[in-house]
Amino acid sequence: MHLTREEESVLDGEQGPGAAKCMEILAALGDVYGADRLIPVESVQVAGVSYRTVGEAGLEFLEDLAASGASATVPSRLNPAGMDLERWREMGVPAGFAERQLRVVEAYRSIGVEPACTCTPYYLEEPGLGDHLAWSESSAVSHSNSVLGARTNREGGPSALAAAVVGRTPNYGLHLDENRVPDVRVETGYEPEGTAGYGALGVAAGEALGNRVPVLDLGSPSRDELKSLGAAMASTGSVALYHVEGVTPEVGSMEYEVEETIRVEEPELEVGDDVDLVALGCPHLSGEELRRAAEGLEEVSTPIWLFVSAAVRGLNPEAAEMLEGAGARVFTDTCMVVSPLDEMGYRRVLVDSGKAYTYLPGLTGVEARFASTERCLEVAAGG
Amino acid sequence: MPQVAEILRGRGLSRGVAKGELLLATDALSFLGGVDPETGVIVERGHDAEGRSVADRVLAFPRGKGSTVGSYVLYQLERNGVAPAAVINEESEAIVAVGAVMAGIPLVDGVALSDLVDGSSVRVDGSSGTVEVLG
Repeated sequence: MHLTREEESVLDGEQGPGAAKCMEILAALGDVYGADRLIPVESVQVAGVSYRTVGEAGLEFLEDLAASGASATVPSRLNPAGMDLERWREMGVPAGFAERQLRVVEAYRSIGVEPACTCTPYYLEEPGLGDHLAWSESSAVSHSNSVLGARTNREGGPSALAAAVVGRTPNYGLHLDENRVPDVRVETGYEPEGTAGYGALGVAAGEALGNRVPVLDLGSPSRDELKSLGAAMASTGSVALYHVEGVTPEVGSMEYEVEETIRVEEPELEVGDDVDLVALGCPHLSGEELRRAAEGLEEVSTPIWLFVSAAVRGLNPEAAEMLEGAGARVFTDTCMVVSPLDEMGYRRVLVDSGKAYTYLPGLTGVEARFASTERCLEVAAGG
Repeated sequence: MPQVAEILRGRGLSRGVAKGELLLATDALSFLGGVDPETGVIVERGHDAEGRSVADRVLAFPRGKGSTVGSYVLYQLERNGVAPAAVINEESEAIVAVGAVMAGIPLVDGVALSDLVDGSSVRVDGSSGTVEVLG
């Protein structure tokens, strides 16, 4: 990959050893993926935040990089952590885990990455059509590529962090026009209902798609429904970009021919009300989803946790207070997929998210049950 | 000084120069779960180099696999003093390339493993992308 004279000087240490290391990471990736050059990015979202994910090895790397003086040069935010950074005791997170988790976040903060820990950074600052980004979390990548028309590969934690420090990313993959064109059409044999219905569709579609770029024929799904669909397709498959005819911004101006059409039927996910926790907010809830949950929940008999970004909670204080008043917990900075649910003693969790349904058993060791958002609220209320 | 028997040319992905005894593995390797970060021993069940230590060896294997957290494991191996001296791949992917850079371990890819002999002495130059077989 070609580096400009200025980029070469960063590589040679002119801006310190941390920046040099970050430039070397980008140069190596550029070579691995056959990129021609580095391109500037508007913003960065860094994964590798939950201590459960990065472990002692990641913590050591981050603290060493922070000590080297490396600093972010573009707006950069974090993926969810393994706990609410303030209310972790209330969540029942073990103190040893919490101590290490706070050190991970502190290391990022001293590198200049904003500790806004969310998988929905587009609610804080919405990327524009054609903006180049270096984002990590699979649902955030899918949503910004597909629904907003921005351009990002799915970055690993270290490569996103390197992009935050350097302000650039290698030009390959989904940054290039030719890789954004759909190559497979998805038809559904039914009409999905609500965000849960779109999440379930995503579970089935992702399994069939792998890493292809699909175009889907759907009605007129809302942004929340698309968020749920994309998150699920990125969990059972590795779909980082999809198009919906007449809905998403790029497909209308594309000329393409698909090689294949696949038909996806409604999947049978495991249902059941016998759970010890109801968890909503994978991906983090929008303001509208939070407000609707607040209207739909009057009292709580089975514990219910809702996950949002601190920003969305801050913009919707009344909804959050109503939910807390009814006995629910509205946690920020984390979610059910990255927190140590098994260590907190939970065994079976009810979700309305295709992504959470897919990941919970493997990542947190609990059983998952699936229901619509409305049914989840009813179960929490003891119905 | 041993004589240079052969120079293999590949692509340098992580800078630096190191020499060591070659550990040649023919299976792809996941550092997360596959290598013990405390001891450097390959612990992946059924891996052709299971039970051998990567510490201070020039570790040659076809390519990485598994979780991207494997990059951090390479860094941790280095911090614990049990990292490979250098790495050679047939074709590196992002996990190993990023991990080698993070850890400051010289990495060359684009070298055919069939040109290498387990236990031989080799010198890897990650800046020029060459592997010298010293015998």
